[in-house]
Amino acid sequence: MQKLADQLERDADEFVIRPRRHYGRTLAAIVVGVLAVSLAGAIVTNPNFDWPTVGNYLFAQVTINGLLVTLYLTVASMLLGIVGGVLMALMSMSKNPVLRIVAWGYITVFRGIPTLVQILFWGFLGAFFPRIAVGIPFTDITFVDVPTSSLISATGAAILALGLNEVAYMAEIIRGGIRSVDQGQREAAAAMGMSPGLIMRKIILPQAMRVVIPPTGNETITVLKTSSLVSVIAGNDLMTNVQQIYSQNYKVIPLLIVASLWYLTVTVILSFFQSRIERRFGQSDAVQNTARKG
Amino acid sequence: MTMVSAQKVRKSFGKNVVLNDISLEVERGEVVCILGPSGSGKSTFLRCINHLERPDGGRIVVDGETIGYRQEGNVLHELPESALTAQRRSIGMVFQRFNLFPHMTALENITCGPLWVQRAKAADVRREAAELLELVGLEEKADAYPGQLSGGQQQRVAIARALALKPKLMLFDEPTSALDPELVGEVLAVMRRLAAEGMTMIVVTHEMGFAREVSNRVIFMDGGEIVEQGPSHEVIDNPSTERARAFFAAVSH
Repeated sequence: MQKLADQLERDADEFVIRPRRHYGRTLAAIVVGVLAVSLAGAIVTNPNFDWPTVGNYLFAQVTINGLLVTLYLTVASMLLGIVGGVLMALMSMSKNPVLRIVAWGYITVFRGIPTLVQILFWGFLGAFFPRIAVGIPFTDITFVDVPTSSLISATGAAILALGLNEVAYMAEIIRGGIRSVDQGQREAAAAMGMSPGLIMRKIILPQAMRVVIPPTGNETITVLKTSSLVSVIAGNDLMTNVQQIYSQNYKVIPLLIVASLWYLTVTVILSFFQSRIERRFGQSDAVQNTARKG
Repeated sequence: MTMVSAQKVRKSFGKNVVLNDISLEVERGEVVCILGPSGSGKSTFLRCINHLERPDGGRIVVDGETIGYRQEGNVLHELPESALTAQRRSIGMVFQRFNLFPHMTALENITCGPLWVQRAKAADVRREAAELLELVGLEEKADAYPGQLSGGQQQRVAIARALALKPKLMLFDEPTSALDPELVGEVLAVMRRLAAEGMTMIVVTHEMGFAREVSNRVIFMDGGEIVEQGPSHEVIDNPSTERARAFFAAVSH
C-alpha cells in the first residue's frame, strides 16, 4: 500500500503541464491579417483617395483653424451641458412639482428633436425672431432691443444648439449618478442638521461623480463628432472648412479623409484619458464595496 | 426634567398602520431601550423623533421644542427646512448601516458637522475630534477612509460623528445589527461609557444583555403599540403580557 503511494508521488514529480492550443486564435489572425493587408493595399493604391492631396491639406492653416473651432465647440458645449445638466437634474428631482414638469418638458423636447434640426433652428433663429428685446412683458418698456443676427454668430448658434441639446443628456446622466448614492447618506447628513443644499454639494454630488464621469467622457466624444453637423449653418468648424475647400476644388474624398483623420485622432486621445479616469474611479468603487461588508 | 415627550404619535405607510398612538416620556440622563419584533414600528418611532419620518398625527417634544412644527393653539404649522435642520443639530443619530461618508476620512466625518453646520473654529473642532476618536478608541485611525475600517470601527466613528455636534439626546437605530458577532462588544462598550457619562439615549436594539445591564427602562413594542414598559429586569425577565413573554422567550435562546 505504502509502495503504491510512493510510486504515485514519484510520478507526480514528472508531470508536465501543456497549455491548451488556441487554434481559433491562429485561424482568426490569419484571416484578419489577409483581409487587412488587402484592404490597406486597395486604399493606398487607389488613385481616387488621392493621398498627395490629403497630405497637402492635413496640416493646412484652414484645416487647423477648423479643428480649433471644433475643439472650442466641444469644450464650450460640454461645459454648458454639465452646468445646465446639474441644474436640470436637480430640478427633475425637486420636491417642487412645477420645477419637475419644466425639467421633464425640457428633456423631452431637446432629446426628442434631431440634433440637426436644433442646429438649423438656432442657426436661423433670426428668421423666427428677427429682433431680440428685453423688457417688461405686455408694456412698451424695453431695455435692450437688437437684431438677432448681430447677437448670435454662427459659432454662437452652434454652441447654443450643441450645448442645450447636451444639457438634456447630461441631466439624465447626472440624475442617474445622484440616484446611485445610498439613501442612508442623505439621512445621516440630514440627521446632523445639514441643509438640503449642503447635503447635495458636499455629500451627494461628490459621490455621484464616480458614476457620472465615465459616461461624461463618452458624451464628450459624441459631441466632438456631432459638432460636424454645424457645417449646415457654416459654423467655421473643421467640417465647414473642409467642405468649403472641396466645393471649390471638387476633391471631396481626400478632404473628407483629412477631416476623418482629425476626428479619429482627437477621439483616440479622449478615449485614452477616459479609460484612465474610468480606472481611477473604478478603484474607489472597489474600496466602497469592501466598506459594505460590515 | 423631561427630555423627550411623545404624545399620541401616529404613522401609516399607505394602509399599513406602523405607529398607533405612541405616547412616551424619557427623562434627562435616562437610557431607554426599545425592543420588539421586526416590523413593530420601533425604528419608525425613533426616526420620528428627529423628523426623518414625518408623523401623521400627535407630536414629539424634545427639550421643550416641538419637533418639525411651530404650535399656535391647536394648530401645528410645519417649520421651514432651516428651522428643522437647526432642531436636528441637538439630536445625534447612529444608524444600523453606519452611513459614514465614504469620500471623507474618519476625522473629516467627525469634523464636518461642527465645521459646516455649527461654523465652529477649525482648531477647536480638530482638538475635540481628536478627543472623540480617543473616546471611541480609534485615535490611530483618524486618516483612514471608512472603506479601510471594520464594521465595528466604522460604527464607533459614526458615534463620534454624532457626538461631535454635542447633542443633548442620542438615538441609536439597531447599532449592532449589521456587525459580525465578534465586533458587537466594542460598539456596546462605547455606548456603555456614554450612558455612564449621563447621556440621554434611546436605543432600538436586539441586544438583551445591553438592555438589561445598561438601560434604566425597557419599552416593548409590537404591532405599532407599546405593549409593555418598565424597569429592564422586570420587563425582560418577568414580562406581564403574553406577547412580550413569547418574544423574550424566543430571543433569549
